Amino acid sequence: MERLTGRVIYGGNASGTILKSEIPISFFGGVDPNTGLIKEPNHPLFGESIAAKVLVFPHAKGSTVGSYILYALKKNGAAPSAMILGECETIVAVGAIISEIPTVDQVAVDHLEPGDVVKINGREIIVEKKSDR
Amino acid sequence: MKLTDKEKALLDGKHGLGLKKAMEILVALGQIYDAKEMVAVTSAQIAGVSYKNIGDHGLTFLKDWAALNARAHIPAFMNPAGIDRQLWRQLGFPEKFAQKQLEIIEQLRRMGIRATLTCTPYHIGIVPQKGEHIAWSESSAVSYANSILGARTNREGGPSALAAALCGCTPRMGLHLKENRLATHNVFVNCELQSSMDFGHLGFLIGKKIGKGIPFFWDLNLPENETDRTTCLKALGAAMAASGSIALYHVENYTPEAQSYGERMINQKAEAITIDDLSEAEQALGKKEGEIDLVTLGCPHASIEELNDIARLIAGNQLQKPLWIASSAIVREEARGNGILERIEKSGAIVLADTCMVVAPLEEMGIKFIATNSAKAATYLPSHQGAVVYFGTTEQCIQAAIEGVWKD
Repeated sequence: MERLTGRVIYGGNASGTILKSEIPISFFGGVDPNTGLIKEPNHPLFGESIAAKVLVFPHAKGSTVGSYILYALKKNGAAPSAMILGECETIVAVGAIISEIPTVDQVAVDHLEPGDVVKINGREIIVEKKSDR
Repeated sequence: MKLTDKEKALLDGKHGLGLKKAMEILVALGQIYDAKEMVAVTSAQIAGVSYKNIGDHGLTFLKDWAALNARAHIPAFMNPAGIDRQLWRQLGFPEKFAQKQLEIIEQLRRMGIRATLTCTPYHIGIVPQKGEHIAWSESSAVSYANSILGARTNREGGPSALAAALCGCTPRMGLHLKENRLATHNVFVNCELQSSMDFGHLGFLIGKKIGKGIPFFWDLNLPENETDRTTCLKALGAAMAASGSIALYHVENYTPEAQSYGERMINQKAEAITIDDLSEAEQALGKKEGEIDLVTLGCPHASIEELNDIARLIAGNQLQKPLWIASSAIVREEARGNGILERIEKSGAIVLADTCMVVAPLEEMGIKFIATNSAKAATYLPSHQGAVVYFGTTEQCIQAAIEGVWKD
């Protein structure tokens, strides 16, 4: 088990399996608001669902309408259970708050790998490595 | 972040969930960008109004937020929407789009936001003073307020501007702090600037070159006449905010902070940029000749003086192609009152209120070949509307509407 900490953007408890994107995500146009599937054609995670996952990514890109896409995902039951970022910016911060998705940034995301299971409690992240399970 | 008791009460939900949400947004943004405290703002301008931009998901969010019964605490007003509320049927705007748009306006109105629906609030009497803190969001209005008026605002997003309207404050960060308002680039312009189109060209180049920097223009040859100056600087600022994300610029001996502080408004590490000609922008913006579907003026929204100029240029002519001049409803009423509107409409041209060529559903309406006198519109139309653009002076645009074709 490993413990990481970060800065709380939207507080709360959550847990789930990590889906990790090494590159920024554009929610507007890049994620289907009904299903949570990543639909940006050249994205490495194309076709994967962010629904109920702990989404780890460096930061968002693209239109500020992305905040509303997070809101739509939440309403449609297709939102990530939590978000962990290297550096949060306006799109994700606003999206996380209006959608009430626990979100932490300034996390050493290098320590997190796809398939790891994490528990988030405020600013604290407890990691159960995939390799240890 | 240090919060006052009043701000803490908002955050704790003592004044309801709507205001709690608003304060949570402001605190989160303040923490991300290292603000130490909030600053009171005197007005808020809310972007993200057009259904074309925010769609059903934005509408749902606004509906849910409005249902929490939060109301604006300061004067707050809307950026342009996707329709002209009076003329949309007459002009053939799609019914479904219009109904959704009216719903968005209604939700914002429930939150106490006034339906001014303009990107030039400063043309309808909303004129903040030098040093005044505000929370505006449309990029050209932000540029005008910061630069020409010397007010202080960051470029807010839709939800953060709404949050500021509800709470009456915004995090004290970015351009609210004097030290962040210093120029990052000294700009020397060595070519003639003959019309507002040239100022648009110049703005396009500077925005491309310095991205989100703050330019200080030295020895800029502004027109003699004060109204023409305003029109040219409006075009310059709008273009820089479209091709780059410049929210503030200074003009030697002209803009308020440059007048008060001169060279002290320049960062010691500022780089120098020299512009010798505008040909790069002339190449990049617009096609040279061909067919047109629509000619549009008024980006940013036209002032009464600009409408008067257009009325003079258009007098005695009949148009072959539609000419829409975007403005605010208040300015259009003023033009109706003093006869300018009648002179414009005699030619067949239309003064459009509440909306503009960038946020109206033109693509959906099958309008593809668009002429404009705005470098900002020329920058956005290809990506936002899938349009083919012709960019020229106001005179060229009017001539094209008269002849029905764009000629070089």
